[in-house]
Amino acid sequence: MISGHLPALQVVLPLMAAPLCLLLRHSTATWGLALATTWGSLAIAITLLLQVLSTGPVSYEMGGWAAPWGIEYRVDMVGAFVLVIVAALGSLVMPFARLSVAREVAADRVYLFYTMYLLCLTGLLGMAITGDVFNLFVFLEISSLSSYVLIGFGGDRRALTAAFRYLVMGTIGATFYIIGVGMMYMMTGTLNMADLATLLPAVAGTRTIQAALAFLTVGLSLKLALFPLHLWLPNAYTHAPSAVTAFLAGTATKVAVYALIRIYFTIFGGVDVFETFFIREVLMGLALVAMFAASAVAVFQTNIKRMLAYSSIAQIGYMVLGIGFATVTGLTGGIVHLFNHALMKGVLFMAMGCVFWKLGSVHIRDLAGLGRRMPVTMAAFLVGGLSLIGVPLTVGFISKWMLIQAALEKGWWPIAVLVLISSLLAVIYIWRVVEVAYFRPVAAEPGAESASKIAEAPLSMLLPMWVLAGACLYFGIDATRTLEVAAAAAMLLGTTP
Amino acid sequence: MSLEATILLALAVPLAGAVLILLVGRHPNLREAVTLATAGTLFLLVASLVPAVMAGGRPAAALGEMLPGLGIAFVVEPLGMMFAAVASFLWIVTSIYSIGYMRGHGERNQTRFYAFFAIALASVMGVAFAGNMLTLFIFYEVLTISTFPLVTHAGSEEAKRAGRVYLGILLGTSIGLQLFAIIWTWTITGTLDFTDGGILEGKATGAVTGVLLALYIFGIGKAALMPFHRWLPAAMVAPTPVSALLHAVAVVKAGVFTVLKVTIYIFGVDNLAELGSSEWLRYMAAATIIIASLVAMTKDNLKARLAYSTISQLSYIVLGAMLVNAWGIIGGGMHIAMHAFGKITLFFCAGAILVASHKTEVSQMRGLGRTMPVTMAAFLIGSLSIIGLPPFGGLWGKWFLALGALEADKLVMVAVLMVSSLLNVAYLLPIPFRGFFGDPPANPGDDHGAGIKEAPWPCLVAITVTSLGCLVLFFYPDPVYDLLKQIVTPPR
Repeated sequence: MISGHLPALQVVLPLMAAPLCLLLRHSTATWGLALATTWGSLAIAITLLLQVLSTGPVSYEMGGWAAPWGIEYRVDMVGAFVLVIVAALGSLVMPFARLSVAREVAADRVYLFYTMYLLCLTGLLGMAITGDVFNLFVFLEISSLSSYVLIGFGGDRRALTAAFRYLVMGTIGATFYIIGVGMMYMMTGTLNMADLATLLPAVAGTRTIQAALAFLTVGLSLKLALFPLHLWLPNAYTHAPSAVTAFLAGTATKVAVYALIRIYFTIFGGVDVFETFFIREVLMGLALVAMFAASAVAVFQTNIKRMLAYSSIAQIGYMVLGIGFATVTGLTGGIVHLFNHALMKGVLFMAMGCVFWKLGSVHIRDLAGLGRRMPVTMAAFLVGGLSLIGVPLTVGFISKWMLIQAALEKGWWPIAVLVLISSLLAVIYIWRVVEVAYFRPVAAEPGAESASKIAEAPLSMLLPMWVLAGACLYFGIDATRTLEVAAAAAMLLGTTP
Repeated sequence: MSLEATILLALAVPLAGAVLILLVGRHPNLREAVTLATAGTLFLLVASLVPAVMAGGRPAAALGEMLPGLGIAFVVEPLGMMFAAVASFLWIVTSIYSIGYMRGHGERNQTRFYAFFAIALASVMGVAFAGNMLTLFIFYEVLTISTFPLVTHAGSEEAKRAGRVYLGILLGTSIGLQLFAIIWTWTITGTLDFTDGGILEGKATGAVTGVLLALYIFGIGKAALMPFHRWLPAAMVAPTPVSALLHAVAVVKAGVFTVLKVTIYIFGVDNLAELGSSEWLRYMAAATIIIASLVAMTKDNLKARLAYSTISQLSYIVLGAMLVNAWGIIGGGMHIAMHAFGKITLFFCAGAILVASHKTEVSQMRGLGRTMPVTMAAFLIGSLSIIGLPPFGGLWGKWFLALGALEADKLVMVAVLMVSSLLNVAYLLPIPFRGFFGDPPANPGDDHGAGIKEAPWPCLVAITVTSLGCLVLFFYPDPVYDLLKQIVTPPR
């Protein structure tokens, strides 16, 4: 039966479609294929989530080889949730990408773009679905290598430097990760996550395992851009094509966060890593610094994409903070913020994509008067911005609520205060843009017939953006569903309530 | 129609009105007709709830869950009933006034103005009818954001700066302090429903209660308790109808209304009286009353003077809440209604003067009573009501507040109220007196001096209605009193 093979199909579908794109070469045809593939992936991801919700975790043995020897794909609540996030972002960016990519990528390379896009999606989906630490490394590399290429597609020559920098940092991260995996293999003789979880507690006290944990943490922190290992991110997000930024911002770092959660709560589930190895102090400390430092830097950016990139680093701080609590509420907050942040950053970067499509720039001075010229786009930006601030009725409010509740449940009220203050920093950098867009009159350009005329981006770009903006509002008003899934995921990870 | 449907309609009608206003924005007359029809419908809806609440009923409605175990819910209790009735009634009056003002003053972007005005009123209804603290907080924030375009209506550099102060202080306090307090309350009690007797009673120690109370009272920035009052004078850059309805009635009263709600239904009056957590906040309120009055005296700009007067008057209500006894609460509640009518009259007059004679400074208004007799007479009535002299409604608020202070054995607070009344006299009465008895400044080439030159008639209608309201409320304060009596039993 086909439904029994859904976990394999989830990865195989985009993986097979990618080389097909390479053969097709025709821009529109490759786009159509990629579109069909991403939406197919989304359908599979949603089916899997529903399956997990009704019957519990799904396990799949690749090629029929039994678990510790063969590769096991394992979809539980957390994994299924992340799969849906990645597939949803991947498929919503697609319709947006056609015109955006046509504008920003050379015509003879467009088919390569979609090839890489599908490979990147494959890697990210694979990381979320696999139950094998080495297999996770393989997918990590697939997604990383393809994203270096995707970033390099940016029209600017600086995109190449940004991609190279990301390549260096990303490779170090991946190497650290594989060193950690190697050490664990040395001590336990297995690469299967469930197997590792049962074998690790016996050897947890050894220095090798401690070193392994350190390597894994640092390696993944590089990939998820935890402060101060975030240096690759601002340039990469700024100079990548708009569609790539919207896609990667919503997915790549999120999947790395997911991998970190897997390491701490599944593989090391039997060991109290937070109390014994100072992980909590390190993670929470860095997360708090990220929240403030990155937001403060964001305030001074003049390129809006770069500003949003720094904001992403701050928001990743929130997720890591949620992990650091290691309680059900904290982890729920962290996991739900994965989803919420993917939505809002998707909207914001898509809005910037629309602006770039129209103006060829996302510099703050060129945004003057955009509230009048591109009302639909700027309204979506406002929705995303208010979510980022965490205004009630938007998704950001839900995440913030859970994190503060987690802090107060633990009695760590200074952290709750810091979360609130840092969210106020978002007001500053978002409102800077709002003021320019709505209050500053359009600079009179020579040759422009009428600066105040409405000149919107095409519908195919506006529609996906507003789907995400609508989701920002919908899941902000009724968060019971997302919180239910996130809470179930957090429980499953065996945290202390 | 069921009461539940009425509550939900009261929220939906202004929102639908906003959409309609945007749709018919090209036809000004139709657009204003929509505004008036919406305001009228809203008032009828709110009024239809009054008998049930008067009879002791608590109509409720729910909109589903937002967080697990925590939903968006509405319960109409007497205090909210009164607030909603006052706000929706004055919206009708303000709408009439706006038509005269906005056209007379030639404002731009009027469609946007009316649309956001309607959204603001929808959120006021949400605040008034909120059944739990989360719902209240949500609409409180929506109110802040929906009034931002109204404050910055002019779009000038000055408006932009004022908008920053407005948003900065209101969002800063509500997110930084109030939200923190709400989530803290939630983790302590596991509920945020407004419950008679308070939900924190017996759940939190005296120290925690004290900290929470301070977080709430200062976190409700709309109550403009010093030092978080700067946003209100800044908001005066808005068109006058906004200052009148929103920054003398709806927005600021949403603040003090929240203070009262939190005091009564989150902490519990008896609980606070027992713990004594509110002692020092009384002095904060008293200080705000006096200092704001003193600042008001120094302001030559009429709207700025009225803004500081509002800050001072709002703290009356905060003081009433912090006295934590029945008279204090009743006095605070009464003052919401009484001050609303008085202050909106004053703002209407300020706007009328601006439209008719383009004067904004108090010093320019000498002799204005000759050209604008109706406006100046109304200004006198409004001033007397704010001061608290009979036969005007403002007396009742102060009366019960003074009773509350006596009940709490705080003669200092009685003295504060009296001194403040004297200060009110000092900064308000000179304006109408000079207007009537002073000589108009000799202005060469200006022939305004001769003949009557009043604001457009819709403005005058509105001014007359609200100043009559001040008078009527003196003779018939019973409905308000009867409503408030349900919440707290006065000692008799």
